[in-house]
Amino acid sequence: MVDHLIEIHDLNKEYVSGDTRSLAIDRMDLFIDDGEFVTVTGQSGSGKSTLLSIVGAMNRPSRGRVLIDSLDLYGLTSEQRADFRSEYLGFIFQSFQLIPYLTVLENVKLPMAVTGRGKKEKNRMAMAVIERVGLADKAHRLPDQLSGGEQERVAIARAIVNRPPIILADEPTGNLDSGTALEIMGLLGQLNREGHTVIMVTHNPSMEVHATRSVRVKDGRIETIKQRAA
Amino acid sequence: MKLHNISFGNIRRRKAKMIFLALGLIIGISTIVTLMAITETMTVEIEERLNKFGANIVMVPKTETLSLNYGGIDVGGVNYKVREFDQADMPKIRTIENAKNLGIVAPKVLGATDIRGTQVMLMGVVFEEELALKTWWQKKGAFPQASDEVLLGSTAASVLGLSPGDAVEMGGDTFRVSGVLMPTGGAEDNAVISDMAAAQSVLGKPGKVSMVEIAAFCRGCPITELTLQIAEKFPGAKVTAMKQAVMSKMQSIEMFKSFSLGVSVLVIGVGALLVMVTMMGSVNERTREIGIFRAIGFRQSHVMQIILLEALVLGIFGGLAGFALGNLVAWGVIPLVIEEGVFAGINFRLGGLSLLMAAALSLLASLYPAMKAGRMDPSDALRAL
Repeated sequence: MVDHLIEIHDLNKEYVSGDTRSLAIDRMDLFIDDGEFVTVTGQSGSGKSTLLSIVGAMNRPSRGRVLIDSLDLYGLTSEQRADFRSEYLGFIFQSFQLIPYLTVLENVKLPMAVTGRGKKEKNRMAMAVIERVGLADKAHRLPDQLSGGEQERVAIARAIVNRPPIILADEPTGNLDSGTALEIMGLLGQLNREGHTVIMVTHNPSMEVHATRSVRVKDGRIETIKQRAA
Repeated sequence: MKLHNISFGNIRRRKAKMIFLALGLIIGISTIVTLMAITETMTVEIEERLNKFGANIVMVPKTETLSLNYGGIDVGGVNYKVREFDQADMPKIRTIENAKNLGIVAPKVLGATDIRGTQVMLMGVVFEEELALKTWWQKKGAFPQASDEVLLGSTAASVLGLSPGDAVEMGGDTFRVSGVLMPTGGAEDNAVISDMAAAQSVLGKPGKVSMVEIAAFCRGCPITELTLQIAEKFPGAKVTAMKQAVMSKMQSIEMFKSFSLGVSVLVIGVGALLVMVTMMGSVNERTREIGIFRAIGFRQSHVMQIILLEALVLGIFGGLAGFALGNLVAWGVIPLVIEEGVFAGINFRLGGLSLLMAAALSLLASLYPAMKAGRMDPSDALRAL
């Protein structure tokens, strides 16, 4: 039996609103190995963002199990899942989602606010990733003083500052022009080559070329899985 | 980066909202401080008036006969035997448990004497104490400075035909009239007032005291308690509290205190509600932020800490500003609402209490919004993104 980094077994997610029920994920099985770059594509409402939030330990499924590093995510308490997210996952949200009243440096240090690291170490680690994304000279600016591409870089820096093994990205290029989007995809590819497992949700099938594997979902089910030739 | 950086950052960013929130606390605390300062000033002012008003405790020897005097008119002549105190026992008054509440102790010796063939009441006093007690006495001439000088009541001076500077003979000794009192409407109008020792000698009552008038400052202690303590020291004395005036004024203050308390509770209640509503609004507005915090690994308790720390900072600010504003308003308002009222000064103990109260109120009112924020499901919050 092969051990996968992420195992999704018989996943089902139903949203209930009053008398209305909608099935977002329908009997899904998916296995992702360490070091993969997986894109999840599909139309709006296909269930790709729900899948990401479930893998992100934030959205309890109606049925099924999600194992990461053999750990059953939804067998953990809410606080244990918070600790898990802090240690294992780096999130890149749609529309950057930076905290507007914190500087670039403070935004990047945010995930470390609840870790036991010292002030100097936090600063050193944050500055290292800020330099890595090419924003060392803008570390003390506020998000609204940056371009869209720069804000996305800050979001990536924030996602990797705790050195999580898995990066989850939700439409990271959705608000960027094509040139900047390519730059960002290049950066994510680089992080993947350095050992981070990347799962990226996008509605844009052209982004599949950057992935090692592409999963297309439709109506909450996996439609196709394409493995890119090495 | 620590959690407090997030709290302070949010306060800086939402200045207008935070000022509005703090305003609820500032108004609440300043109202309480103002009302308490007014009550304090009223109490002090009434105490001062009572002191000016004179004695509020009278100690006389117990007698088993009934007085035949009503409204200053004797209907049976002086037909009862008068008992007296020993002057040497007077210091015992100041050994009672509540001695610190005693102000002036003014002993007197009383008796009838003959001047120019007319019977008059001679009253021997310790002038230093008596004049401190009877601050309303006005005179022609001067108050006695030596033991051979006397002060005449207005009626006595008129009946005896004496003026300041005249000589008068009593009990074989000659005295000089130093001054004549303006009419007071009291018993002293008919009296000749002399030094205690001189009067004791003239009346043949050496070392005796007929009665004692006492001015007690009775804030925080019931005046009847003082009379009981004095009566314990002088078993042969009848100690009476002239408490009607005191009580009616104290009742007014108590009523105002109750009113102040009611208003304070109401204002604090409204302030707490305002803090809660504003905090709830702030939490709802920050759903996105809270979702991000939770997604990147913040625990429920971390989110609660952020909200409660903001509440604490605002509480401390509201408490300080409210205390300052309350004192300022009291300083301006007291002279307008209390005749001759002067702001008693800053009460730092009340300042400490205000700070504690504002901080506790802000924390308490923010507890529910903080819990709501902490319990926010990250997936729900992220759906709002």
